[in-house]
Amino acid sequence: MELLHALFFDYTLRTVALGAGALGAVAGALGSFAVLRRQSLLGDAISHAALPGIVLAFMLTGSRATPVLVLGAALAGWVGTLFVLAIVRRSRIPEDAALGIVLSVFFGLGLVLLTFVQRSPTAAQAGLETFLFGQAATLLEQDVLLIAGVGSIALVALALGWKEFKLLSFDPDFGRSMGLPMTRIDVALTTLLVVAIVLGLQTVGVVLMSAMVVAPAAAARQWTDSLGLMVVLAGALGAGAGVAGTLVSSMGRGIPTGPTIVLAASIFVGVSLLVAPGRGLVAGRLRLRRVRQQVREGESEP
Amino acid sequence: MNGVHLEIQLLAAVVAVACALPGVFLVLRRMALMSDAISHSILLGIVLGFFWVGDLGHPLLILAATATGVLTVALVELLHGTRRVKEDAAIALVFPALFSIAVILIAQRAGGVHLDVDAVLLGEIAFAPFRRFEWNGLDLGPRSLWVMGGILALNLLAIGLFYKELKLSTFDAGLAASLGFSPVLVHYGFMTLVSVTAVGAFDAVGSILVVALMIAPPAAAWLLTDRLPVMLALSGLIAAVSAIAGFHVAIAFDASIAGSMAGMTGVAFVGAFALAPERGLVAQWQRRARQRVEFAGLMLSIHLLNHEGGARAEVENRVEHLSEHLRWSPDFARRVVRRAERDGLVVREGRDRLLLTPLGREAARHGMVQAPPAR
Repeated sequence: MELLHALFFDYTLRTVALGAGALGAVAGALGSFAVLRRQSLLGDAISHAALPGIVLAFMLTGSRATPVLVLGAALAGWVGTLFVLAIVRRSRIPEDAALGIVLSVFFGLGLVLLTFVQRSPTAAQAGLETFLFGQAATLLEQDVLLIAGVGSIALVALALGWKEFKLLSFDPDFGRSMGLPMTRIDVALTTLLVVAIVLGLQTVGVVLMSAMVVAPAAAARQWTDSLGLMVVLAGALGAGAGVAGTLVSSMGRGIPTGPTIVLAASIFVGVSLLVAPGRGLVAGRLRLRRVRQQVREGESEP
Repeated sequence: MNGVHLEIQLLAAVVAVACALPGVFLVLRRMALMSDAISHSILLGIVLGFFWVGDLGHPLLILAATATGVLTVALVELLHGTRRVKEDAAIALVFPALFSIAVILIAQRAGGVHLDVDAVLLGEIAFAPFRRFEWNGLDLGPRSLWVMGGILALNLLAIGLFYKELKLSTFDAGLAASLGFSPVLVHYGFMTLVSVTAVGAFDAVGSILVVALMIAPPAAAWLLTDRLPVMLALSGLIAAVSAIAGFHVAIAFDASIAGSMAGMTGVAFVGAFALAPERGLVAQWQRRARQRVEFAGLMLSIHLLNHEGGARAEVENRVEHLSEHLRWSPDFARRVVRRAERDGLVVREGRDRLLLTPLGREAARHGMVQAPPAR
């Protein structure tokens, strides 16, 4: 009860919870496509690849305003995914290795740039590190508005291209045979994913952002076989994890918010895997037992 | 160049080779990103081990961290084995969860102790020479050098002893299993090796550089050769050269050492990607250009054959006419004719009248059977 009261009336807590919730919703919804398309680790690569973009944006503009840094992050993340696509297309290097190369090399370049910034005498660079590990407590009202605003645009774009994105996820060859520009649709969907990821970097950080993309979607997948339902459910679970993680971390001292949010989302996955009707492990075990029973009864009858 | 710098470079080269060797099999087995997962989740093992023994230098920490690495592999397999989650998603679920637990534990209990998430992710190779290995008061060099040297030796030994098993299970898992090599045993044995390497390297250079060293040099080497022993040797070489070059770049610009080493592995990969003989972008582009001219030479022969002895042969079979009829740019037409002359398909009569040679006639007839006839 006290917690609920704080959620509504404590300004900082409310801001952080709203930001984390909005982020979870956007990442969960867009992550559904990544999970279905076996691109779960693309999120990890994008979030690491965003680092040089963040630092370069700061170096070029001297501004630490979130929109500037997010724009830099998005550009770098986008360039990183194009590199992955180019490597996979033009060489025999498989996708996982391409992702690993882009992830580590871009991140390394980001670290190099970061040392340049840290050497400069201005104190303004303090806070760039929050993007490394995330610092939800630094979320301001305008950051939340940014997450909510840009996130809504991404979700509207998702709705507008729904048919095409669905086709891309389940039968791209059919789409190509109908003359649809599947490559361009792929780039568009990946761009939306990039947007979702860079929005979350400030809250949960580079390392953990991939979990925000994958976990809600993987949990939602267990409950339904319909893409629409899965996206809505993943958004809801993502928002739930964001708010729940924020609340739990506010209860004790020194509980970092980002990791708590990720753990909340991971628990959702575990619970869904176990108890979801139909696909759940418990349901599967019960089904197996029932079938065995039927077989045994069938045997005993003449 | 002073002794500390020399020691750092030596350590960097040893770490690089030690990571690149198992990396070859990771890349070939399409498990490259397990290096990412393991190098992050071993933080949990280090934290738990630290809480247990209370000393960051204790050998037990290496054991605990390696065990967490193997646990990560087992959890990924377990999740994937339920067939409710695909393998890539399983990786992306397991390591952030373990990493989160580690970060929360650090925040909870290690407040005053030097156990920094930054240091873990980014590594501090520059400080490695200051932790010495002393025995009976004798200074035997940096401790990490001994640790990593041991791990490198272990890698060499394991890959040497189980080369056949690793090779077979990597390239033909089905055959390996049918010959009686247990896939599970090879897999977990190999992943233990990867975990030990990641743990040792991560202490010196941080988790991100572990990923870079395990993936980028083997991938670059794979573009340069088709033979596994050559790939192993090349990966080690590329990794060591990248690490040492990265060190010098970092010193020159006073930048992050781990970061610029990772950057240099990227440079090495991009170099191989662009310039590899046969497989590189440049070679691909050259091959395509050559094929275009060769095909056009065939088109030219067919065109000439089509009009040979015909009423319009005088008009059609001129070099200048080609751009009009075959829509070739004058420049391209000149190149095609030169190539066709060199290949002995056509000869020039006078300034620009083209005649087929017997070889050209043969090629044109043959080409028309293979390819649809020119309209």
